[in-house]
Amino acid sequence: MNEIIKVENLSHSYGDLLAVDNITFSVKKGQIFSFLGPNGAGKTTTINILITLLPLQKGEVTLSGFDLKKQKDKVRDSIGIVFQDEVLDRDLTVWETLEFHGKIYSIPKEIRRSRIEELIQLVELTSKRDEYTKNLSGGMKRRLEIARGLLTRPDILFLDEPTLGLDPQTRMRIWEYIKKVNDEGITIFLTTHYMDEADQLSDTILIIDQGKIIAEGTSESLKNALGKDMVYLETDDNDNTIEVLRNTKGILNVKRSSKGLIVVIDEEGSRFLPKIIDLLNRNGIGILSVSLKKPSLDDVFLHYTGRNIRDEQQGKESFSSKRKGGI
Amino acid sequence: METGFLTVYWREMLKFNRSKIMLFVAIIQPALWLILFGIAMSNSFDIIIPEIPSIMSIDYLTFMAAGIIAMTILFTCLYSGISILIDKQFGLMKELVASPMPRSQILIGTTFSGMTKSFIQVIIIIVIGFVIGVQFFYGYSAQSAFVGIMGIFAFVALFSIGLMFLSSAIAMKIESHEAVQGVITLLTLPLFFLSNALYPIESFPAPLKLISAFNPLTHFIDGVRYFGIGSDFTAMGTEYSYETQDILISFTFLAGFAILMYFIAWRTFKNAVIA
Repeated sequence: MNEIIKVENLSHSYGDLLAVDNITFSVKKGQIFSFLGPNGAGKTTTINILITLLPLQKGEVTLSGFDLKKQKDKVRDSIGIVFQDEVLDRDLTVWETLEFHGKIYSIPKEIRRSRIEELIQLVELTSKRDEYTKNLSGGMKRRLEIARGLLTRPDILFLDEPTLGLDPQTRMRIWEYIKKVNDEGITIFLTTHYMDEADQLSDTILIIDQGKIIAEGTSESLKNALGKDMVYLETDDNDNTIEVLRNTKGILNVKRSSKGLIVVIDEEGSRFLPKIIDLLNRNGIGILSVSLKKPSLDDVFLHYTGRNIRDEQQGKESFSSKRKGGI
Repeated sequence: METGFLTVYWREMLKFNRSKIMLFVAIIQPALWLILFGIAMSNSFDIIIPEIPSIMSIDYLTFMAAGIIAMTILFTCLYSGISILIDKQFGLMKELVASPMPRSQILIGTTFSGMTKSFIQVIIIIVIGFVIGVQFFYGYSAQSAFVGIMGIFAFVALFSIGLMFLSSAIAMKIESHEAVQGVITLLTLPLFFLSNALYPIESFPAPLKLISAFNPLTHFIDGVRYFGIGSDFTAMGTEYSYETQDILISFTFLAGFAILMYFIAWRTFKNAVIA
């Protein structure tokens, strides 16, 4: 069984709102698979269907070889979950949180107790063993939630925005844990709207926007599709520049951006740049600024959607942080 | 056999024990009612209402003690459902419903925790009652006092289970904290005042009398009075005479109430979407 998650023609709507629109994808066993997209793209809806919280309205889903519709409990037994919001009982200790989880999954006492000790060590919470969860820092809480997700020895660990709201240093540590878990053979399915997170962690990235899959591949292949390098140009005559550069060999695409032009090239940028400058000079176009950049996933997103993922994020971020702060 | 409810129960009781304020309120609230309301009212009523000679006459404090027991369980259980609402709001319910444990186990575990809290409170009320002069088990032999206590506990168990199912269903169905509070308050008022908790229902107008005959509180209180006071007594100028079959009917009624509430709650739990 090479494909541990298989999703075919999955759709989900809330009333009139179509949140997930006929998506098909699969995840290979042992991979770190990222679902990348802005908030409201359909990531959490998809993950909630896969982890059995939302009913399967339309489509076929198989996880670990079990049919999501017919073998719900088998699916539940083979997955671990780290939810997007903090899901911890404030009045329980670290140890009790894990003990409770192990009990509701009916893990026999001996095994449960030894795994709890093992996991508390793995996420380095040994000294916080008897601390109430309300007294833990954001990063510790996340680590505890990851440990909880692993307690049942799942085939697949689902992580919904695992580093949302954490500081950069803590995020890097969480990434290390995720990699460590993956090294032990557990398939990771994560959603994120952080480009760097998807870039750093994933074997496969799937970009989703407005309920539809818009691109899929490895970080490298997605970026390579955009060409080898990108040149950011500001000139005194953008229209003319587009005309001149458009039909030049080695240039894949010329696009307008907020500040000037983006030239996507298929050759080594540092060697190709003098050619562009030369060409513009000969056509009497003045260059105001020029810079060279490797394509990032941001550019990939921009390329496929025509929008910048960060612009999408603005207003929505404050909404989600408000929700987290609720009672 | 599914034992998931024990896990839910374990967590509920752990938290109940830990929350010193909840523990304090649970103990103090019924004691205050009994002491303040009971003593104040009984001093007035016992003057106004003449004793009927020849039948065992009960003072008001003893009469209303059963009502205070009922009220305490009513409040404790209906408000206990809020722990389900809090689990929903904190997302903790997601952990439970995404697990292979059947949802009915959440319902049963929470219900048993409410029943345990009710037992604790009933014991406290009876003990404090003795101190301030409630004449429960008056003139009973040790053996019949034991039967009396067991009888009261059996009624407390059924009554609290039914109420817990009801409040769990409400908390699972309704999203907002305020709305749940409102609905519960709205329920407690008629349930309490259309019962024989504080006064006899014999003097009610016919329609109200009919309603109160279908009020689980009335049946519960009859059971407590039968086991705590006896089968024949007068209180507030009214004669009470319970046949064994009356009490069996009340017990059956409460069992029916609990079963009905279980199905309502079970359906609500089954159909709830938690995401």
